[in-house]
Amino acid sequence: MTDGIVDEPLVVGGRKIASRLIMGTGGATNLAVLERALVASGTALTTVAMRRVDAAAGTGVLDLLRRLGIETLPNTAGCRTAAEAVLTARLAREALDTDLIKLEVIADERTLLPDPIELLDAAEQLVADGFTVLPYTNDDPVLARKLEQAGCAAVMPLGSPIGTGLGIRNPHNIEMIVAAAGVPVVLDAGIGTASEAAQAMELGCDAVLLATAVTRAGDPERMAHAMRLAVEAGRAARLAGRIPRRYWAQASSPAVD
Amino acid sequence: MRIWINGTSHELPEPASVHDALTALGAPSTGVAVAVDDELVPRADWARYRLAADAKVEVLTAVQGG
Repeated sequence: MTDGIVDEPLVVGGRKIASRLIMGTGGATNLAVLERALVASGTALTTVAMRRVDAAAGTGVLDLLRRLGIETLPNTAGCRTAAEAVLTARLAREALDTDLIKLEVIADERTLLPDPIELLDAAEQLVADGFTVLPYTNDDPVLARKLEQAGCAAVMPLGSPIGTGLGIRNPHNIEMIVAAAGVPVVLDAGIGTASEAAQAMELGCDAVLLATAVTRAGDPERMAHAMRLAVEAGRAARLAGRIPRRYWAQASSPAVD
Repeated sequence: MRIWINGTSHELPEPASVHDALTALGAPSTGVAVAVDDELVPRADWARYRLAADAKVEVLTAVQGG
């Protein structure tokens, strides 16, 4: 934050994250576009997926993140069961030398919604195995509470399904998750444009995680910049405390004598 | 001896280690992790881990995603 206005850093699992905008890398047309977007976003933590080695393709995204000084957040995207997700997390920890894991356990390809039963099972196993677990979860206050009780370092409810850009479909659920959470709440998935990222922060989320809204925007670098400003603006507005909503007007100029 | 590396069949001379499988694949030595038959094999064990016939070796790395 600038201009002498004080804010605390985001802390996840005991580590400070210098930006409240967590980025994904999926969907960028090439690494040069991705690099400009990541720089413009000001992000300090960025997701990658784990896939079979393609000897021809190399390890470009890892080299890029290292060069930019951005911490890597591996995910378990594509996993459908707790067993698959736990193995993928272990492989990510081994390959990338990090105990951070964005835990995704998806129920089906059409909705890409989290499978809550498998998700909670995987979270319990990974916490027991020493991971710092950031679960991508439904916007369900009960599930969020159970994930926190299982020892997750954050909870990451969706605004709407992955890649839809439908924004935050149930703001009241997000507020309830925020009100009850003792760990950071990261709005993950569904953001389409900057106002929705600001809304997430105004609702009290501690951070926003997005990818598609930037990487598939007409101008990814410019949208990344917009998202950075939106997250900062929404955070500042939350800390400032918005006025109550009123039914009738209230004059902001003195009454005429 | 036949083993499966990332879903493709390879013939390796016996005895074959995880390290031999990585060489056959041409995989980079950093930024990757290996599972054999759905169990993680830590890097420290790659040289001494003996693959059985028809072992399924998965070699993963980080790609754009999420």
